[in-house]
Amino acid sequence: MTSPNHGPQDLLQLVQTFIIKGDDFAAAGSVSLAIKKLLKEVGFPPEALRRVAITAFEAEMNVVMYGGGGEVSLFLAPGTARLVIKDHGPGIPDLDLAMQEGWSTATAAMREMGFGAGMGLPNIRKNSSRFHVDTALGQGTTLTADIDI
Amino acid sequence: MGLTLHQIVGHLEAEVLAYPEGLDRVVTHAQGSDLMSDVLAFSHPNCLLITGLANHQVIRTAEVAGLLGVVVVRSKRPAEAVILLAQECEVPLLSTRLGMFDACGTLFTHGIRGMSDLARPSHK
Repeated sequence: MTSPNHGPQDLLQLVQTFIIKGDDFAAAGSVSLAIKKLLKEVGFPPEALRRVAITAFEAEMNVVMYGGGGEVSLFLAPGTARLVIKDHGPGIPDLDLAMQEGWSTATAAMREMGFGAGMGLPNIRKNSSRFHVDTALGQGTTLTADIDI
Repeated sequence: MGLTLHQIVGHLEAEVLAYPEGLDRVVTHAQGSDLMSDVLAFSHPNCLLITGLANHQVIRTAEVAGLLGVVVVRSKRPAEAVILLAQECEVPLLSTRLGMFDACGTLFTHGIRGMSDLARPSHK
């Protein structure tokens, strides 16, 4: 994983922070649609917009399913967008394992929604230009993803 | 090349549940899946999703991934809130009595192809 801690993203400015409710499956994904709409309105290019939206959606589903709620902040700089997603969950015990495609602790209810197949973090990594996860047991998880145009 | 969603409605004997304004969209490729993470990982923008799921996440997946529309199989009727979400997101939502295999096979015989012959968009 590449840590997003230097480069053009130094110019990033906070655009908006959105609250994500935990365990509200019907609303899960609505924040990501709001982010996509916002970026579309400011003229973010379609292909990069799609990657931001997929990254936000997968992260939002993780926050809803495992994180007990949280928040996502959108930052913008010329040529790049950053998503910082914080949850109130228990933390990820084994991050290397969680990054493997197919590894999952999802419940049957999560799988019935079409998620929880162990593709979330790998999908986020695939769609991000830079990606970093801070997690500790009992202290929640913060995911930072940069998507360059 | 391809079929309009109008033509697909006919071939699948489908009911249009939401966003009929989008039925002139032309479909060349489709993906059949009940796993939205797979759709997000492997779909190509401008393809049609055929699924047995009928919840909010299907519509949000279609919107996020930029899909042309959603076909729900086995006569499943999404909740009214899901239909309203599809209309709001401008995602054409169809329902067919056909099962997944029959719906995919029917579209394949009319020239629609799967994702296997499309490279995933590269961004790195």
